[in-house]
Amino acid sequence: MSKTKNDPLHKSDPYYALIFIIPTLAVIAFVAFWPLAQTFYNSLYKSALMFPQNKIFVGLSNYGALWQDPRFVNDLWNTIRFTAWSVGIETVLGVLVALMLNKKFKLRGLVRAAVLVPWAIPTVVSSEMWRWMYNDNYGVINSILMSLHVIKQPIVFLAFPSTAMPAIISVDVWKTTPFMVLLILAGLQLIPEELYEAARIDGANAWQRFWSVTFPMIRPTIGIALIFRSLDAMRVFDIVFIMTKGAANTETLSVYNQWTLFTRGFIQPYFGYGSAMSVMIFLIIGILAIFYVKMMKIRLD
Amino acid sequence: MKHKNLRKIFFYIGVVIVLVYFLFPFYWAVVSSIRPPAELFSSHPSLIPFHFDFESYVQVFTERPFALNILNSTIVAGSATLLCLVIGSVAAYAIARLKFAGKVGVMILVLMVSMFPQVSILGALFQILRSFKLINTYPGLIIPYIALTLPLTIWTLQNFFRDMPHELEEAAYIDGSGKFGTFWRIILPLAVPGLVATGLLTFIFSWNEFLFALTFEQIPSMYTVPVAISMFTGYYVVPWGQIMAASVIVTAPLVILVLIFQNRIIAGMTAGAVKG
Repeated sequence: MSKTKNDPLHKSDPYYALIFIIPTLAVIAFVAFWPLAQTFYNSLYKSALMFPQNKIFVGLSNYGALWQDPRFVNDLWNTIRFTAWSVGIETVLGVLVALMLNKKFKLRGLVRAAVLVPWAIPTVVSSEMWRWMYNDNYGVINSILMSLHVIKQPIVFLAFPSTAMPAIISVDVWKTTPFMVLLILAGLQLIPEELYEAARIDGANAWQRFWSVTFPMIRPTIGIALIFRSLDAMRVFDIVFIMTKGAANTETLSVYNQWTLFTRGFIQPYFGYGSAMSVMIFLIIGILAIFYVKMMKIRLD
Repeated sequence: MKHKNLRKIFFYIGVVIVLVYFLFPFYWAVVSSIRPPAELFSSHPSLIPFHFDFESYVQVFTERPFALNILNSTIVAGSATLLCLVIGSVAAYAIARLKFAGKVGVMILVLMVSMFPQVSILGALFQILRSFKLINTYPGLIIPYIALTLPLTIWTLQNFFRDMPHELEEAAYIDGSGKFGTFWRIILPLAVPGLVATGLLTFIFSWNEFLFALTFEQIPSMYTVPVAISMFTGYYVVPWGQIMAASVIVTAPLVILVLIFQNRIIAGMTAGAVKG
């Protein structure tokens, strides 16, 4: 393809490119970058959301206070715990179900469609569905466990720290495993059949074929899926907000942050403190994202 | 031979387990929504319903402004989808096919937004929308949703445009077509499958989004569906029948959409990740 500088076809590109790009830049500047700068500005003040005129400049002291706040540190830990468990379980389940769907069998189309159902259901709705199934008096999970004599008394799953977090994690696993399955399945379908035949001729059994052929080939896909999912899990809000509102030691950073900004900071001077928390969450996720991008050597051009 | 049959049986047991796992909660919501109250509130509910009662569906629409909530969600998600496709497709075209300085910078800016934690901009965005008098309005949600869905849309569509042969534009140019004309008449029609896939993802995202909707729409008449459902739970009673009925009502169209367009949606979901 000949594309010299005087080629009339490409001559006026920058002019058109600008017109084509400006709407996008305008929208993301308005919704993302301006608010981000504003959040940082807010974090330097002691203020309430409803009384923006009564603000006091406090410098970076809100950030220092953050690390003295046991609730913040505890919620950071909860968020990491939630992310590690749910992404870990999703990945294993995702690989298993993707391997299943990569085989040809009757009902395959049905299973693939069924897998998409949890993904498409709004998170608020799936949280409500599971909250109902976990119900202590009328919930189907307690009913089944009691019929099977696994438990004698119904468990109030969402009231105790030992069961509430696992219950929340299981909802996230149910909701997001489909994403893992479909991504990994797409990776599996790129593996040429000849590789398996070669391995079979070499006398490799199914387990050996998985570790020597399949796994190395889908490792990049799993890597990308892990990035998307763990950045997502670190931001978790909906499931926790609906299921426990953060009770029973399930509070995550986003839930605490939203509460600090809009409930505590509504008329009390905690809006600036909440903004510092917002910036800190942004930094934590940003560092994680940069670390991932470097690790995976993702090309942007 | 026996060994092979045994493996087949285990495999199909696995298939059934997977099907039950993914579908049971939705099945249970449907079943719960059509049970008479006496059976709904029983400590040992039957797995298959024997008596039907559609009262919960009636109550959702008569006791609550749920029809209005559905309308709100439809307007917000529909407008966000259309605008995102318009804005995103031209930007994706520029990134894929036009030459200009700072292209990588633009791409980095756009992808950065996809990693933004929503909660990080929640407070300030509320203040900004308030200063433009956009709290409790449709644009107050539509504009944020466009920004949040643009990254995936641009990423997917620019992959799509990149694969098209350059001869298309050259032929159009020789025929005297300008850049806009070429894009509108030649390129865009060819990108319809990509537009459908990204449009569906944008619509589903906007239909399901909760945190912004909860924060920026503060009066019941402006609630979108997820916020409305989250507010069903009162101080003293949890109207489980109604919650399940509402859940089924808003999920059914999504499930149908997913079944019809499953290939397109899967293509859209995996496009960025596998190619990138």
